[in-house]
Amino acid sequence: MKKSVFLGTIAATALVAGAASAQTLAEVQERGVLNCGVTTGLTGFAAPNAEGEWEGFDVAVCRAVAAAVLGDASAVEFVPTTGQTRFTALASGEIDLLARNTTWTFSRDVDLAFEFVGINYYDGQGFMVPRELGVSSALELDGATVCIQTGTTTELNLADFFASNNMSYEPVPIETNAEAQQQYLAGACDVYTTDASGLAATRATFEDPSAHVVLPEIVSKEPLGPLVRHGDNEWGDIARWTLNALIAAEELGVTSANVGEIGASTENPEIRRLLGTEGDLGAMLGLDADWAARAIAAVGNYGEIFEGNIGESTPIGLARGLNAQWTDGGLLYAPPFR
Amino acid sequence: MSEVHSETALNSAYVRTEMLPEQAPPVTAAGPIKWIRENLFSSIANTAMTLISLYVIYVILAAVLPWMVYGIWDAGSLNECREIRDELYGPMDGHGGGVACWAVLVDRWDQLIFGFYPSDLYWRPILAVVIFLTGIAPVLYDSLPRKMLILTAAMPFLCFWLLWGGSIWGPIMVALGFAAAFLVVRQMSAVTGGLWAILLGILALLFLFFDPIQLIANILDWVIGLVGGPDAALSGAWRSVEGLVGGTIFPLVPALSGLLYSILPIEIPAVQSREFGGFLLAVVIGASGIILSMPLGVILALGRQSDLLIIKGFSIIFIEVIRGVPLIVWLFTAQLLLGYFLPPGSNFDLMVRVIIMVTLFSSAYIAEVIRGGLAALPRGQYEGADSLGLNYWQSMQLIILPQALKISIPGIVSTFIGLFKDTVLVVFIGLFDPIGFSNAIRADTDWNGIYWELFIFIGLCFFICCFGMSRYSQWLERKLTTDHR
Repeated sequence: MKKSVFLGTIAATALVAGAASAQTLAEVQERGVLNCGVTTGLTGFAAPNAEGEWEGFDVAVCRAVAAAVLGDASAVEFVPTTGQTRFTALASGEIDLLARNTTWTFSRDVDLAFEFVGINYYDGQGFMVPRELGVSSALELDGATVCIQTGTTTELNLADFFASNNMSYEPVPIETNAEAQQQYLAGACDVYTTDASGLAATRATFEDPSAHVVLPEIVSKEPLGPLVRHGDNEWGDIARWTLNALIAAEELGVTSANVGEIGASTENPEIRRLLGTEGDLGAMLGLDADWAARAIAAVGNYGEIFEGNIGESTPIGLARGLNAQWTDGGLLYAPPFR
Repeated sequence: MSEVHSETALNSAYVRTEMLPEQAPPVTAAGPIKWIRENLFSSIANTAMTLISLYVIYVILAAVLPWMVYGIWDAGSLNECREIRDELYGPMDGHGGGVACWAVLVDRWDQLIFGFYPSDLYWRPILAVVIFLTGIAPVLYDSLPRKMLILTAAMPFLCFWLLWGGSIWGPIMVALGFAAAFLVVRQMSAVTGGLWAILLGILALLFLFFDPIQLIANILDWVIGLVGGPDAALSGAWRSVEGLVGGTIFPLVPALSGLLYSILPIEIPAVQSREFGGFLLAVVIGASGIILSMPLGVILALGRQSDLLIIKGFSIIFIEVIRGVPLIVWLFTAQLLLGYFLPPGSNFDLMVRVIIMVTLFSSAYIAEVIRGGLAALPRGQYEGADSLGLNYWQSMQLIILPQALKISIPGIVSTFIGLFKDTVLVVFIGLFDPIGFSNAIRADTDWNGIYWELFIFIGLCFFICCFGMSRYSQWLERKLTTDHR
């Protein structure tokens, strides 16, 4: 009996399922909640705290979009997704936005029919070794045993790096980051390799972090960014320009503290356009004038988000590096608001 | 002869006339010492084994017990734990040594048990568990009054309402819908025979819970699509029928419950499936799966033994397909494939999909376990039932199944234990069961790097549940023993 209900449901729904509609903004506004895909837990990027509130660098992107679209940074339904389920969740319309430290690659953008709306973190694969090994460069790692997560791009990058530098290594395959930490600490491998942000987060949890060094070489490009479905460019624009607004706000010196009054007091026309006291950028997006001001007020500008979640004042202690503004020698470069 | 004998006995002064009082056996031949001598030190090899085992146990306990017993219960983060430890016991090498940091359990207790369930509503899942236990008690122990079975029938709907909240009319109407279908089957089976009655019952369910007009229109669309006919002409005409009947009548159950709610709004705050987590999630999935898969498994087992070709074929295919594919694949199907099938924004939530998949999976196993029980019954039992003039359902209900199920108890319970433990697989589709939470907790900078404490706690909780089930099944087996072993 249960089965017939089940099959009936499939039959009934499979037939009415149509193409994903191009009205995400209207749907989100009608629903009153943004469905945002995040990881099931990645230090600094997304994790529930003791009160069950989601926090993190990626979470802030979700909250900023919710604040811009719905006027309420807490109107977000966080949908935890795994590496396997994230793209289906987005493609099937279960989530409106995926902010799950996802690397922007050609095939994901083109073949999977998604639209990356920008890059919120420039990551890259690095190496961590115990300080007592006396290694100061990844080029000295010939013959090392390396703990490596299987089935990831890091595995391929590692092989490429060692082959191109004519070095050999012995892989110690491990399944999860948790297992990797244990293996590495137990001395099962000399080197642990994963994304540099992950290395920093892992190192921060050690009893004696100073006994381990992250080597300077970064052997891959991992531009991480939020993404939306193909086919709804209006919604993609909202996500893209919300992210850009956070980045531009840092460049222009708009913070969550001064966003309330700087729009009226400043003479800088770009700030005035960004915050909606001049021009009608919000209306072009289909939002009201102070959409960006709300996003910045809710989560802070890019620099504040970085410092609050993964920056040097947190246990993770990541330096800005590539993620500094272009004016400071980084890669963050928001197109002009005009 | 006897006289002569008794006389000599009387005359012999050295023969005792009364019994000596019983004496305790020698220390070495009774009690624990005897047991130890016989079982642990009976030979040189045995003695050596005993000593080695004792040493191994000592080494393990010496390492584990201080770690557990001296564990720190009051700290806000792993680093705080380490500071407190250094303060109390002096600096130690962190890896491998040290003490447990149980504080993580205190800090994240609510999440490990209830997930994201709103904290002011914790009484609801607790009450639901109490009602659940009271509801299944009369099923588990037949010494309890039979009247309690009424509570058992109401229990699923009551628990559903308490856990998910919302309008009370939804669960009531669903319960009434099932009761109506049951009545249809019961009344019609006298008129049309068992099989037709069941078909009618399924039809009644379809009418009550689905929109029959919509369903027929969809099937028409599909058939027309298959044969390549003109698009949506026939089904369009059919759909206009829906306009005639008003369009809001079907599906009947939601429409009625909506109507009743507008008349008499009784409700408690609704809780989304997404807010379930931790052991609450594991127990809800496990308990629903166990309760639903048992009847389904019985039906499938009977279906597989049926003489009716279609029913038999369907049962065999269902069982073999479900059993032949790993559960994790079915869970991915529930999460990924159904996501594509369902229209965007449809409200067929992930937890229900998971419960359905877990139920189907375990029902296939239950069916095979029960088929084993059916096969073990001597042919005479079936023939005896026939010779009494019982029809198929009566003979199954009164003679065959009670015996077959009794034989199957160990297999059924081990399937249930497996099902309950398999609920942790939902971590792979992004649900926060206890294991999922252990990952999420580690993703917080406060607790990154904590492993054993969480896994030990989760393992212990699962062990208690599974061991309880196992003990119950052993008790039930002993109680039902009717043979003369």
